[in-house]
Amino acid sequence: MTVANNASSDRAVGPAINRTLVTGVIGSDTHIVGNRILALALEKAGFRVVSLGALTPAADFIKAAIETAADAILVSSLYGQGELDCRGFRDQCIETGLEEILLYVGGNLVVGKRSWEETEKTYLAMGFDRAFPPGTRTEQVIQSLNKDFAARAAGERIAR
Amino acid sequence: MSNALLIDFGSTYTKLRAFDLDARHLLATAQGPSTVTTDITIGMDLALKDLARKLGRMPKFKYRVACSSAAGGLKMVTIGLVKELTAEAARQAALGAGAKLVGTFSYRLTAQDVANIEALEPDIILLAGGTDGGNAEVVLHNAERLAKSSLVCPIIVACNRDVAEDIAKSLSAAGKPAILTENVMPSFGTLNIEPARVAIRQVFIDRIVHAKGIDKAAMMFDAVMMPTPAAVLEGARLLAEGTEQQKGLNDLLIVDIGGATTDVHSVAAGAPAREGVVQYGLPEPYLKRTVEGDLGMRHNARTIVETAGFVRFAARAGLSEGTLQAKLDEIVQDVERLPQSPEDVALDEALAWMAVRTAVVRHAGTTERVQTAHGPVIMQRGKDLSGVKTVIGTGGPLAHGATPASALKAVLADPADPFSLCPVSPALYIDTDYVLYAAGLLSTVEPDSALALALGSLRPIQDERRIHEPDPQSA
Repeated sequence: MTVANNASSDRAVGPAINRTLVTGVIGSDTHIVGNRILALALEKAGFRVVSLGALTPAADFIKAAIETAADAILVSSLYGQGELDCRGFRDQCIETGLEEILLYVGGNLVVGKRSWEETEKTYLAMGFDRAFPPGTRTEQVIQSLNKDFAARAAGERIAR
Repeated sequence: MSNALLIDFGSTYTKLRAFDLDARHLLATAQGPSTVTTDITIGMDLALKDLARKLGRMPKFKYRVACSSAAGGLKMVTIGLVKELTAEAARQAALGAGAKLVGTFSYRLTAQDVANIEALEPDIILLAGGTDGGNAEVVLHNAERLAKSSLVCPIIVACNRDVAEDIAKSLSAAGKPAILTENVMPSFGTLNIEPARVAIRQVFIDRIVHAKGIDKAAMMFDAVMMPTPAAVLEGARLLAEGTEQQKGLNDLLIVDIGGATTDVHSVAAGAPAREGVVQYGLPEPYLKRTVEGDLGMRHNARTIVETAGFVRFAARAGLSEGTLQAKLDEIVQDVERLPQSPEDVALDEALAWMAVRTAVVRHAGTTERVQTAHGPVIMQRGKDLSGVKTVIGTGGPLAHGATPASALKAVLADPADPFSLCPVSPALYIDTDYVLYAAGLLSTVEPDSALALALGSLRPIQDERRIHEPDPQSA
């Protein structure tokens, strides 16, 4: 992990400060290391992080988000089955009263030769607000959170 | 010479245990009827007379402490947000405090929910919801509903600390006795039930004992310390942990079969015993109590039989289906009936076996195998009790049954089930004199004597299989 020296990219700023984020690895996926690094970076950046760990069913993300009044859910998936595990995720959020929650997904989201553009489109169509490809830096996630929470404070869904 | 008198105001009997604190031995056990519905002092008087008759005199007592499950026990309703999270934490807190849970609610209370709670007439309500800094809106909504209700019972507020104080104030302003305590789940996945347990016990001592008319007998004892199930749980804790002077028995499991419920208590962390097992779900309390309201030997005999399957149960009991049906009808007619014929004994043994088996399987955790890209992973939910080395049976059918060993063996892990988390090779004991509640009470004042009292009542049970138990093949 690289340590960014740009203050605006490794700290939560403005409306993003102290936001509660639920994160974990979805489905029958044991790859916890990347998600743990992300969780530590987010905590250090000034977010409240609820870490669910590996092998987390979709429903558990949602239950944790309800109880902790989370502002965003960040789903990791590394083993290529993410598309199956994440199916209906936004619908479940809507069903449980979390219509507005910010949803990110990241990792090795598909197996095979699909282009990133195509993969991203698939996940956005499922209702995720952003999808992140393999190799994403933690600072990039923090920047996106900063922008999106600022946009939400201004009454938009996410920053464009 | 100093003695202790340990009293249990039960729903059927007023039980007494007199213990010699110097010689550290049980002087006598005595009992009278439970008369809490009319005048509690009548049953207490009869029990004391029984004691004096057995001892030939009435000794002087240094301590006279009591617990109670009379007048319906400590009836509680718990409310949380997510069923598996704060609502579950609240449930665990109430059970651990020795309550009789009459209702559990989650998410937003509806008008119908509140009407249901009013009809349940709880003695105490435990209101939880939201982690600290988490959801506040739902618990505020629920508190408002409770404030507007006709309920008059104390409400213990153990929710998101952001709003807990305001909620306690507004409930008080609405005329509801509100008691503020720490959140049962301060952060996600962290169980913090001890403060709520303490608050429940305090409300029990301060208000419930009076409300139920138990303090009418106040001249005859020093204090009612806790509900009876809490006393049993304290006795279990003492046996497991020991005292500063004497080592305890470490992790243990206690099964208490009664006429209306089967209770299971475990004192164990229950972390995965096998390597590579992943634990998930809410952590469970080190002191865990479960109550199976559908597994009472008398009140739910038919339910127990149906749980097992009628035909299978008849085979296990060695009774014909016709006889089983007839015997069950007799029990329904008269729940206080004691076994008379050999068929009655066989039926009771099979009922006890099935009640213990079902209650312990529900109490212990579960595992499942999940296939991942890296091969199978075992996931554990709840407590792993496979390594527990001490199992104690208490309550009438186990203490006085013809073959307690066969019923208590139902706690053992089924060798055919590799995923079972029940004890594998524990030593089995019977609490012969039914003193666990008494030891729990005495532990509040003299823990070393209390431990001697509890240990003195434990009788290891021998293998009775060759004599009594049906061949396992046929069961």
